[in-house]
Amino acid sequence: MELLVSNDPRKRRPSGWLWVHALLVFGFLYLPIVVLVIYSFNGAGVGGFPPRDLTLSWYRILFGDQAIWDSVVNSLGVAAAAVAIALALGIPAALALDRAQFPGKALFRRLVLLPLILPGIITGLSLLMLFNEAHTKLSLLTIILGHGTALISVATTEVFAGLQKLDRAQEEASLDLGATYWQTFVQVTLPNLKLSIIGAALLIFTLSMDEIAVSFFLIGRDNTLPLEIWGRLRRGITPEINAVSTIIFIFSLGAIVLWYRLRAGAEGSPEITPELIEPEVQGAQS
Amino acid sequence: MFSRAYRTLVTVPPLLWVAVFLLLPYILMFCYSFWSVSPAQGIVHSWTIENYRQLFSIQVYWQTLLRSMWIAVRVTFFSLLLGYPLAYFLSFCAGARKDLYYQLVIIPLWVSYLVRAYAWKTILGSEGVLNTLLQYVHLTRHPLEFLLYSPFAVVLTLTHIYTSFTFLPIYASLEHIPRNLVEASNDLGASPAQTFWRVIFPLSIPGVLAGATFAFVLSLGDFLAPLLLGGPSGIMISNIVVSLFGAAYNWPLGAAISLCMLVLVVSLLFVSERLEKKWSFS
Amino acid sequence: MATSEQLAQGTDVASTRSTLLEVRKVAKSFGKNVVLRDISLAVAEGEFLTILGESGSGKTTLLRIIAGFESATSGELWMGGQRLDALPPYKRRVNTVFQHYALFPHLTVEQNVGYGLRVERLPESETAARVEQALKQVKMAIHAKAKPSRISGGQQQRVALARALVKRPQLLLLDEPLSALDANLRRQMQVELKSLQREVGISFVFVTHDQEEAMVMSDRIALLRMGQLEQVATPREIYSRPATAYTAQFIGHTNLLRGEVCEGLLRCGSLSWRTTLPAGPALLSLRPEDIHVAEMGAGAGMVRLQGKLQQRAFHGATELLRLEGSDGLIFSVRTGTREDWQGVLDFEFDPADAVPVRASAERD
Repeated sequence: MELLVSNDPRKRRPSGWLWVHALLVFGFLYLPIVVLVIYSFNGAGVGGFPPRDLTLSWYRILFGDQAIWDSVVNSLGVAAAAVAIALALGIPAALALDRAQFPGKALFRRLVLLPLILPGIITGLSLLMLFNEAHTKLSLLTIILGHGTALISVATTEVFAGLQKLDRAQEEASLDLGATYWQTFVQVTLPNLKLSIIGAALLIFTLSMDEIAVSFFLIGRDNTLPLEIWGRLRRGITPEINAVSTIIFIFSLGAIVLWYRLRAGAEGSPEITPELIEPEVQGAQS
Repeated sequence: MFSRAYRTLVTVPPLLWVAVFLLLPYILMFCYSFWSVSPAQGIVHSWTIENYRQLFSIQVYWQTLLRSMWIAVRVTFFSLLLGYPLAYFLSFCAGARKDLYYQLVIIPLWVSYLVRAYAWKTILGSEGVLNTLLQYVHLTRHPLEFLLYSPFAVVLTLTHIYTSFTFLPIYASLEHIPRNLVEASNDLGASPAQTFWRVIFPLSIPGVLAGATFAFVLSLGDFLAPLLLGGPSGIMISNIVVSLFGAAYNWPLGAAISLCMLVLVVSLLFVSERLEKKWSFS
Repeated sequence: MATSEQLAQGTDVASTRSTLLEVRKVAKSFGKNVVLRDISLAVAEGEFLTILGESGSGKTTLLRIIAGFESATSGELWMGGQRLDALPPYKRRVNTVFQHYALFPHLTVEQNVGYGLRVERLPESETAARVEQALKQVKMAIHAKAKPSRISGGQQQRVALARALVKRPQLLLLDEPLSALDANLRRQMQVELKSLQREVGISFVFVTHDQEEAMVMSDRIALLRMGQLEQVATPREIYSRPATAYTAQFIGHTNLLRGEVCEGLLRCGSLSWRTTLPAGPALLSLRPEDIHVAEMGAGAGMVRLQGKLQQRAFHGATELLRLEGSDGLIFSVRTGTREDWQGVLDFEFDPADAVPVRASAERD
């Protein structure tokens, strides 16, 4: 099996089957999305081949759908709040893990990162039981608390990675030149973390907008966008859902391109460093 | 680097939050699993191991658990099968386009899970794109029923979701392999295939373990794909838990099953971490 | 400017042994960036050849081309009557000691050394025997079961050496293997490497930027500058008869004297002496140790020189004095150490020690 051909490592000509495999996998990954987008313009609705009757009618129906818009507004609010909570707690958590020693640090580290790898159902249910015992009514607030808790891990991971890349010598130089600890933090540490924080915010926002597993159990009367879509799916498939999905896809695309440019712009291509845990990017859990 | 005061300021709020919203709920779940539900639809705070007895004795519960694990195993297997060569291709063969391809792999991850699962539903249905396409080109005459509302659909969809998840850590570990090791291996007479199996693959094992753990754990606990695409034969353990917290109203039993899942997952993570450390050499 | 073939005619050692490796007009460009131009070089059997050059001179690229990790843009490599550059690295009877050792972190020392034999699918008993012998040769037998992360840099370097030598290659390439070691260990390893090469008897091609290291270890030195060979000669020759100004300045210290020859008389500032050099501008290299303190009157045929002491550098066994002459000429003199060097001092030198060199053009 010739995996690498050519004497010159600078110009490795990949052998045929690797190319084919890669192409097939990319095709597999993008197939559903492409189908989704195409059929959002299909007059005859979802399914059926080939697609015909190019139309924008599903989008028109979508834009007139009040329930969807309400849920979008809810989702935006929840996402913004989740970003705030996750950053407000995740940044100190990253700092603590990077620099401080305290009893229970190992346990803390594991707990903070657990929601990243745990199926969302466990996070969601455990919080549900908490709210039940505390006699808290389920509402957007409980969803915000759920998202914030689940997504602290994302903020912590991103900021921690940023801290690792930080050149300690810069902070030491600042102290050496007479700045206090606080001044050094504000004028040297934070600006260096700017990129990690923005990247984390973007990621958390997107994840919150898409989040369904945890939200499923903590929903009150008001729906978030994914749960609104979910509700409709239970009732049957309509191409309107294709339309809203296409729009979600476009926004996600925009978000990730932005995220990538941010990181690549600062430091060359993003190196995924498995410092705390390997995957930084986490799709919606289930 | 920080003085005492700042250290406290920095560690206390997250610690507090984590204690209240992560640790406490798990403890509660533990407690719930030993409580029971009364006829009047209330949670009775009396201690019993009835729930666990039921979990292990009633066939539908542990059978579903086993089926879920089997589905998770298949998802993990196929995700690795798709993800590893892709990661290798990007790391060693893609050259200047590496970044571009990396972005292409990441993009589907950011697209909503729900959207992707829904898309497969429209493709696999008996009136769906795939079936009508096959009939259109006269490859089949009737819709293939097994495509949707089956374990097949669940495995397919979850593989689609988690291939990118397995890709990421494998790619990271492959990127970490110093290229001069590959050159040294070639220099010493190893063919490209020998170099892969003797040098590259062993050094990528931590990434493979991490990716496999992710895929297995997350697909084991998945409830959305089975609900949308699984049908009666594709029910997974999380669906049972969901109904226990919903229509079937037996929170303590649901908590017991959840706790079992939690313990299973945490043990797996623990084992995986130990193995990863054993196989990591840098 | 002599052709590279002429430059490749080093004397003594190489010409009395048969040629092992021939580099014929090798050139290498990376896109628009020309790294090597028209390199022709012959490596003799059993010789220790050093490719010496600054960073960016192309020396590592040349080594990698010989090893097979890069392919030349043009030119050929011949070894043992065969085209070497037609073969992939794993088929060449050439092995490399890498700059950062490139030991396999997941294998023990013993497994690292045996790696090249196992991929050849040699019987295990033979592998074990050869590995043991190789480890003994580099004095690492005790650490056979250790992993690379547990041994020091110097020890890793020996393991890398053993791993390459155990394959009994026809040619061993060493890519700045000592650069990561600290000074004392480095000097020790230079001696050990040299005696190891003598013992094993195969050709070593050694790449370094350290000219002192090159002189200590080599049978011949190939000085590379901006992708071209400046001079290929034994250390003695390259030191005492540098071909160009660059060579004279790169290897050891020197004084570069610019002068004009007219009717058999060379004038350099306020100095002059009779010479057989052709008329026209002249450039001469005069080593600081060839300038002596003139205690008494001038020796016969010596050129007198006076200078005001600017700086002195203490080198332990000698001192290097920096002086300014009457006409503004700055020159260096190497002397024994004395407390009382100061003020204006008198020196003399034998004009025969002023070696004519070619000017080194600024290349693009």
